[in-house]
Amino acid sequence: MGLWAIFARDVRLSWGAGGGGPVGVIFFLSVVAVAPFAVGPDLALLARLGPALLWIAVLLSLLLGLERLFQADQEDGTLDQLRLSDEPLALVALVKAAAHWTASAVPLIVAAPAAAVLLNMEMATLGLTVATFLIGTPGLALIGAVGAAVAVSLRRAGVLIAILVLPLSIPTVIFGVAAIEAFTAGQSPVAPLALQGALTLVALVVAPIAAAAALKEID
Amino acid sequence: MSDLAVSGLCVDRGGRRVLSDVSLTVAAGEALVVSGPNGAGKSTLLRAIVGLCAVADGAVDYPGEIALCAHLVAHKNAVKATETALSNIAFHARILGADAPEMAAEEALAAVGLLALADTPAGYLSQGQTRRLALARLFAAPRPLWLLDEPVAGLDAASRERFAGAMATHLDGGGLVVASTHEPLGLVAPKTLALG
Repeated sequence: MGLWAIFARDVRLSWGAGGGGPVGVIFFLSVVAVAPFAVGPDLALLARLGPALLWIAVLLSLLLGLERLFQADQEDGTLDQLRLSDEPLALVALVKAAAHWTASAVPLIVAAPAAAVLLNMEMATLGLTVATFLIGTPGLALIGAVGAAVAVSLRRAGVLIAILVLPLSIPTVIFGVAAIEAFTAGQSPVAPLALQGALTLVALVVAPIAAAAALKEID
Repeated sequence: MSDLAVSGLCVDRGGRRVLSDVSLTVAAGEALVVSGPNGAGKSTLLRAIVGLCAVADGAVDYPGEIALCAHLVAHKNAVKATETALSNIAFHARILGADAPEMAAEEALAAVGLLALADTPAGYLSQGQTRRLALARLFAAPRPLWLLDEPVAGLDAASRERFAGAMATHLDGGGLVVASTHEPLGLVAPKTLALG
């Protein structure tokens, strides 16, 4: 019951007044909207780059909320209470990552069709891209939680978290884009999708433990 | 007996020894008031007792997992400004393991005299009211060991009196109180520990 309370409150705070939820979606669409201007009026090229551009936009948008993931709780004393709660700290970290995913990644996935229109993507490609998001973004949220936990007591930690998290996110992006490449080349995307799923499952096990270890070290 | 015993506690912070060889015992039903100048390590002592900061040497003995038996009301109030007073306390009641959190939260708000403001976002509360909201955690989930860091800072006379009564009730029920303070808390003959 405590874990559910943490999840529900984090989602509520993220989408309530002053939360970062809506900003992430606007940022995502802004990044995608810039792409056609950068690439130029070549529709075929834009469609081919589309999935990769969407993945980069998702990656960057998910970084936005990370700085506040644990820091907000650390600053107002809630983190102390979470450490004294009946729930194991690793599960608390897992639930906070799940709340981050729900509040930040799900809206991006919902907004993906609108972004796909800007990039001249076909329906089938969009469908598979959304599938790679559904499989890959939970892993990104979990890896992000580790970065956020490590940097929790630092001011202006956003850039540091990005530097910590982005290299670890690369495999997820590689297999996500590889699945789409295989599909557009007429091959089966199952193998890269399975590998991407495996990465998310590894993060599911390792990330909560790593984040909890970092949070325990705070004085 | 659920006695708290701290022996030879040493804590370093920022390369400086803040607490050096601190020993204390508090039995069930007893209160200990920790005093000392600013920077003497009062807050650090409370955090070290409950395991929130690293201990260089010494031991804290308490029957049972101390983190699950203790309330810590520190300087930070653990209050979210956009949440209502009631949902703030209901949240803490849930994570601290109360049986019926909604009811416990309402009773806790009543215990600190904030029931009339239950549906007000905590950001609109005054400093003293926010402090009372933090103290309401103590009543939202029953835990025997209360660690209080300047609990009545910013509270008006009536609230102080009410809180003194609540502490007395807690002690009568076999609870323990360790409070750091610069001002009298209204406790009857507490043990004292002077730091620094």
